[in-house]
Parts: sequence; C-alpha cells; structure tokens
Amino acid sequence: MSIVADDILHRPRHLDMPLKDDATDAFERLTGTVGDVTADDPKMRTANVDVFYGAKQAIHDVSLDIGNNEVIAMIGPSGCGKSTFLRCLNRMNDTIPSCRVTGSMSLDGEDLYGAELDPVLLRARVGMVFQKPNPFAKSIYDNVAYGPRIHGLASNRAELDDIVVDSLKKAGLHDEVKDRFEAPGTSLSGGQQQRLCIARTIAVSPEVILMDEPCSALDPIATARIEELIDELRQNYAIAIVTHSMQQAARVSQRTAYFHLGKLVEVGDTNQVFTNPRHELTENYITGRFG
Amino acid sequence: MSDSDDRTPGEDTGERAPAAAGDEAARLAARRTPLPAATVASAARANDEPEGVPTASEVARAADADASDRGSRTTAKVRASLRKRYAAERRFRWYGIVAIAASLGFLALLLTSIVIKGTPAFSQTFLKLEVALDADTLGVTAESTPAELRRANYAGIVKSAMRDRFPDADGRSEKKALYSLVSTGADYQVARRVAADPSLIGQTVSLWVPADDELGALVKRDADFSRPDTLVTRMSEQQLGWAKELVDAGELDVRFNSTFFTNGDSREPELAGIRAALAGSAFTLLITFTLSFPIAVAAAIYLEEFAPQNRWTDLVEVNINNLAAVPSIVFGLLGLAVFINFFHLPRSAPVVGGIVLSLMTLPTIIISSRASLKSVPPSIREAARGIGASPLQVVFHHVLPLAMPGILTGTIIGLAQALGETAPLLMIGMVAFIVDVPQTITDAATVLPVQVYLWADSPERAFVEKTSAAIMVLLAFLIVMNAVAVLLRKRFERRW
Repeated sequence: MSIVADDILHRPRHLDMPLKDDATDAFERLTGTVGDVTADDPKMRTANVDVFYGAKQAIHDVSLDIGNNEVIAMIGPSGCGKSTFLRCLNRMNDTIPSCRVTGSMSLDGEDLYGAELDPVLLRARVGMVFQKPNPFAKSIYDNVAYGPRIHGLASNRAELDDIVVDSLKKAGLHDEVKDRFEAPGTSLSGGQQQRLCIARTIAVSPEVILMDEPCSALDPIATARIEELIDELRQNYAIAIVTHSMQQAARVSQRTAYFHLGKLVEVGDTNQVFTNPRHELTENYITGRFG
Repeated sequence: MSDSDDRTPGEDTGERAPAAAGDEAARLAARRTPLPAATVASAARANDEPEGVPTASEVARAADADASDRGSRTTAKVRASLRKRYAAERRFRWYGIVAIAASLGFLALLLTSIVIKGTPAFSQTFLKLEVALDADTLGVTAESTPAELRRANYAGIVKSAMRDRFPDADGRSEKKALYSLVSTGADYQVARRVAADPSLIGQTVSLWVPADDELGALVKRDADFSRPDTLVTRMSEQQLGWAKELVDAGELDVRFNSTFFTNGDSREPELAGIRAALAGSAFTLLITFTLSFPIAVAAAIYLEEFAPQNRWTDLVEVNINNLAAVPSIVFGLLGLAVFINFFHLPRSAPVVGGIVLSLMTLPTIIISSRASLKSVPPSIREAARGIGASPLQVVFHHVLPLAMPGILTGTIIGLAQALGETAPLLMIGMVAFIVDVPQTITDAATVLPVQVYLWADSPERAFVEKTSAAIMVLLAFLIVMNAVAVLLRKRFERRW
C-alpha cells in the first residue's frame, strides 16, 4: 500500500482539507473559540451559527460580533467557511436553495432571518464588496446612482449628483473619473472598478460593509489604495473583510478572526493574533505551516 | 466553501512538513519515478539513518540524471510528432475552407438562379392603344353616376380599339386571337381613367395598357419577330405578325412593373401581384411577434430566475424542449381544431395564422432566451442584490438588458422560421387564392411562401418568373427583419 492511499484512509471523512497529523489532532481537540468574540460596540452579533449546504455542514457553531468603527478581518485556509459566514451576514446565500442557516444573527438587535427584516432592506443596510470587481454594464455615474435610485434616496437630480460625487470622493475615485461620468464602468482598470464598486456600496449609506477578498484580483498598488480607503471608511462604518493575505489582515484590521474548516478557532486583537496566537492551529496558519 | 484545495494528499505529506533539502529531493524522486513505496520511505528517512540504504544525495543525483534523460526523450518524442500534429491541423483547416467554399458556392448558385429567373418579373410590356371612348359602346354618358360608370362596357371599348388598330382581323377566331394580345388589365385601366375624369367620354384617349403575358414575355426577351419560326411561343403566326407591326411602330414598350407591388394575386400572370401576400405575411408576423415575444421572454425569465428547481419545472423544461421538435403541421392541426372549429375564429385569417405560428415559435424563443439569461455573469446579479435590489429589479435592470441581444437573436430565428412556414398555414386555410389585399388581421389572406407555392404550381409560363420574384421579395423581407434585429442588438450591446 502506498503512502497516498494510507493517508486518505486514515483521514476523518468530513475533512476535505489535507492536514498534517498534529493539525488534525489539534482540530479534533478543538472545542470552542479561543479569545473574546464580542466587540466593544457591537453592530452585528451572531451566536451559534451553523450553515449547511444540503447535508454538508459548512459552518460549525460560530459566534462573532462585528463592532462599530472597526475592521474585523476573517482569515483562514481556503474552504474554511469565512466567505460563507460573510455572505450569511447580508443573506446573499438565500438564493442557494440547499443552503440552511441556524443560530442567531442580528443587526442592531434585529434578527437577520426574522420576519421584520426584509432581505432587500437588510442589504441596503449591510453593503457588500465582492472578490471580483463587478460594475454594472452602465455608465460610471449610473453605477453609483443605481442604489440611491432604487431606494429613492434622492428627491431630485441635484441631490443624486451630490450623492454620486460624495461617494466617488469617499472611494477615492472622483479625481480619476470626474471628466467621464458617462463612460461605461467596465472601461475602468481593475483597481478603479473595485473602487467604483466600493463607491456604489457607500452610495446607499449602509451601516456595515462586508468585503469578500476585495483585493484578490488587484495589483499591489491598487491594493494599497483600497487598504487606505478601508482605513478611512472605518470612521463611519462597521467593516468585515475576508482576506487571504495575512499582511493585509494585519495592516487594515483591528480584530482578527481565524476560521478553520468551518469552525471559528480564535478571535482577538489583530496585534495579539499575529504576534502571540493562542491556539496551535492559528499559530500554524500564521507561521505558514499550512494554508 | 466554494474554492477547494485540489492538491493531492500525496504531495502534501512531503510539502507541508518542515522539509530539509534531502527530504525535498527524495520527494521529487518519489514523484518522478515509480519507485516502490518502501524505497521512498527509506529515502525520506535518509537524513536520520545515513548508513545502509542509498543516501539522500545519491538519490537526488539519480533523480537529476533520470530527469535530464527524461527531458531529452520528451524533446525527441515531441519533435517527432510535431510534423504529424501540424499536418493534422493543416488538413483540418482545409476541410473548413472547403466546407465554407462549398456552402458559399451553393448559396451563390441559388441566389443567381433566383435573380436571373425573377428579374423579368419586375418589368412589364405595355401596348399603346388609341381608345375612342364612345358613349354608345360604353352605355354611359358623362353625367352617369359612379355606380353606372363602374358597370360600363370597357371590355367592348378595348376590343373595338384593337379592331381599329388592326382592321385586317376577320372572323370570330381571328378577332379572338387579336383581343388576346392585350391583357384584361386594359379594361380596368380604361375604367379607372374614365372614373377619374368622366368628361373624357366621347373623346379619344391614348393609353399604355398591359400586354398579354405571352406577347409581353417575347418583347421583354427582345425576340426577333421577323423570324417567327425561331420563337418558342403559344402565339399563332398571325398574332406574331401583329406583334411585329406593333414593335416596328414603337407601340410596345417595356416598363417597370408597378402592378407587381400593388396588386393581389390574379389568374393572369401580367396582373398578378405580391401585395396581398406581403400584407398577409406582415399581419401574420405582427401577431406572431406580439404574442410569442412577451410570452416567451416572460416564461424564460420565470424558469431561469424565479422557478424553484423541482420535478414540475423539470417536466415543463422537457416539454418545452420537445415542443421545439414537433413537426409544424401538427401545430396547424391544433389551430384548425382549436381556434377555428372550437373558438370559431375566421378561416384563412392572419390572426389564426399568427396564433398558430406563435405556438410554433414559442419554444425556440424560450430556449434561446433561457440560454442568454443563463450566460449573464452571476456576479452582476450578486452586485445588484448586494446593494439591495429586489429580485424583479435585478432581472429587469441588469440581467434582461444584458441578455437582450441573445434574446433578440433567438426571436429573429423564430420569426424567420415562422415567415417561411407553409405547412401549418395550409391546415387553417391560408392557402386560398386571395385577390384582395387584406386590410385587417381578420381578412382572408395568404402569405409569401404560400404565394410562392401557388405560383410555382400555376401552368402559365409567366408565373415562373413571378415565383422567383416572390422568393426575392420573401428574402428581402427576411433581410429587412434581420437588419432591424441587428440594429436593435447593436443598441443593447452598447450598454454592456
């Protein structure tokens, strides 16, 4: 029998991530989250969240707060459920028929999956920036104006203009596009497109911004700009960012949550997590031993 | 959870360990050569146990030699196969070029033959006639009412005009032969002239009236009337003599055939026109488009964007796909049974034809609309949902505009199919001989392909050119339709 087959046979079936033996052991010993999952000034709270895709459980018993005026970074190896968790925060997983969410999630005390908070309203309050820049097939102006238009946030054209200019300024894109509002959003470069998407999200004046690997398709310069932008946006919004870059997490976030195979392993101040991780799995990941 | 790690577990055992250089080399060797597992395992342990089995550096050297050997063998093999691969590519490119050339050749053949056969239909031979509008022969006066004027004996007037032109025609059969040189359309022309200006009665007017189709065809062909034996025609020698006289006197002229575009069908080829069929086709397609486009697009949107995935939607999907393959005559039977026999809609009417053809077109448009909705990137839907657009807004503001070019392409394919369809229309009576141009969607009408079929079936030789001309009109209709679709598509595409 070869090493390969041996390895497969002895791995627990629910793991699709290959692991070193000691990591597997550590994971199996994992009982709860290490560190403080609560925020000082919580905007969104989640408790005991389980997410299933059909029979497969993607998230196991995650509790985590997202605080006002802070950036929380979610890190972890591929397939660890951090994106799934993020997408549950504004119910983007609703369209996946097999997806089932249990546990409690709330925004300012209102149950996200309750009757009083409609998904459309929720998504207006919790904006999202995606991994790949996805501007609408419309002009730059219309891209930003779309959200305010459908929600009726502006009563006349001048107000709408103000919102658009303001959002573009906040997203640091205004100077680059002020002469060509009518150009299609898709004509911009990748980094500009991503900032356009951020401007589009800000234009609706959300309370929380979720970012799903916003820089993974961008070059380092564009990434740096977006990171600066995230830091500025922190003054007004609660931000949750999923990232594969630990440097990025260290640079932009105040708190860091480490996910592993659908479980939340450790949460803590970014400094503490990166300099003095308390869980063995976190340490392994951060020191680059796997992931 | 969407992105999964696709590395194999075997690689990981080595890769993830804090590997020393020797281990690394051993692992490479293990990967490249199918060594027995035991050797690999011992090689991996080589650092700890220097004695005994080959050391790590030995294994590494062996691996290197093996790799370079393997490399040069690959080069040789690839080089040897290159010529064959490129030859295959060249061959395939030639198949493609030949296929394209053949299809273009056949298309050119078809179009040339149609154009050559059809062009004469767009010109018509006219005969100059001095008509004495004799009140006695007509049986009316300048003061008669329009109704009386309509019933006047214009045929007699035309006949007497012909007799005046050729006084040598003698006897009943010769006179009949003489009269047959001029089309019955001449009567209508005189009638129109008199109706427009009754004061002409009693005077003599000079008119260019349509010639009979046999004579007309000869003149259009520039036939040599001085050598009647060389002509292939049904005309008698005496008729040919009269024709020669007319040609010599310059009283026969070939002009643009406007009747072809203004008249409905007729038993007389020189009077038969395409207008009725054109109007019938336009009405039918209008009904088809207004019914099938919104219904099909709505169905596609529902199935693609809103419908739950379950056994019912699967069933609906299978049925739609099967409907696209149902022979069109079956839809004709359905139209006959349901719309005419049960709902008592008028027979031969564009409204029924349109409904039947929309049933036939629906699956085509639904399938292509679904395909183009599906091809809109999901990221656009997510973006719109992410800023709080409702599902309907997502579809109508973002997905549908992006899918529109594809939907329009599907629609135009469906409509082009409907435009060329005859079989289902035969069942609902749209194959009738229609002289009047239909004015509404409930008037009896026929359509272009049916008209082509009717004319192709007619015995008169002049209908051959009419058939080809009707095909040209049908093709022109199709090209105009496609051009409109292309224009619309361009407009939508610019928004992308």
